[in-house]
Amino acid sequence: MSHTFVLAGPAAETSRLIGFWVLAIVSVGAALGMVLARKAVHCAVLLAIVMLSLAVLYLMLGAPFLALVQIIVYTGAVLMLFLFVLMIVGISAADSIIETIRGQRLWATLGGIAMLVLLSLVVGNAVIGPAAPNSAKFSNGNVTSLANLIFTRYLYPFEITSALLITAAVGAMVLAHRERIRPKPTQRDLAAQRVASGRPAPLPGPGTYAQHNAVDMPALLPDGSQSELSVSPVLSGRTGGASAPPALPSGTGTSVVPGTSGGTASPADQEAGDH
Amino acid sequence: MVTPGHFIALSVILFVIGAVGVLVRRNAIVVFMCVELMLNAANLAFVTFSRMHGALDGQVIAFFVMVVAAAEVVVGLAILTAIFRSRRSASVDDANLMKY
Repeated sequence: MSHTFVLAGPAAETSRLIGFWVLAIVSVGAALGMVLARKAVHCAVLLAIVMLSLAVLYLMLGAPFLALVQIIVYTGAVLMLFLFVLMIVGISAADSIIETIRGQRLWATLGGIAMLVLLSLVVGNAVIGPAAPNSAKFSNGNVTSLANLIFTRYLYPFEITSALLITAAVGAMVLAHRERIRPKPTQRDLAAQRVASGRPAPLPGPGTYAQHNAVDMPALLPDGSQSELSVSPVLSGRTGGASAPPALPSGTGTSVVPGTSGGTASPADQEAGDH
Repeated sequence: MVTPGHFIALSVILFVIGAVGVLVRRNAIVVFMCVELMLNAANLAFVTFSRMHGALDGQVIAFFVMVVAAAEVVVGLAILTAIFRSRRSASVDDANLMKY
């Protein structure tokens, strides 16, 4: 018995309809969320949702090969690349809401609506017929038929694609390469620099003597004040500079009574603070 | 019954959302993501046309679009990191050295 991706019969038709509407609503909602979300990481996750639902739509359209390529290449490689670059560029890089061009958002939205109307008119006037009768090209023989096309009729574009990929890889390496201007500091230079900086010891670790030993919990100094040096600046930047989290009050050296520094103070902690 | 028209309509909506995102957002990485969304919408239209006509050429073209999009993302993100290294910013407004 052979499995096919395209089902048949009235029950299958109903499930296809339900599946299409669920995927359409999910993908359009995630795409809208991607445009509206402030943080770039949220945008990346929402884009992953759009791409996964598009992969299932490809499956419904009889393109199992493209569905898998979509998951592997787009969701697996391209989005991971986006996330890595977000890690380099800084996760706190939220979008500014200041308009540099006056009325840009308004005009962009109006332009989008006009574009939607235009494209809807085009699609409405075009003759979009029903799907062609089902054949092996859209189910089990999809990969074979695609390979037949790619390696015969589309052979030259396929070869040129490899040149494009090599060029892109070399270009990325050239762009990401950093020329070393000064000689690389040796271990001796680093040690001398460290002693000269006035802080020969490493930075304090987060969570030492604090309520929790999480990485975003500043260590307590012997006098009870918090050491902001113990928390990575990336973490304090992630929560936003304007409103400091309860775990990291702004300003070093503020004397903190144990039990009031965190939000989850238990009576036992307060008792311990009284002694 | 799901007709190819449904898929084309969905692809139009996704394309317009991506285009508005490119115009509205200021973070260059998010602008790239919106471009990817537009490419994906075009791919959906290609695959739908392939199903409509009963020929696989649309799927082959969607495959090539995916390859080109992968190359574009690699080079684009490398340019972004290079800009970020010199300017400490990923905003499209800050890269205006050649403006005037």
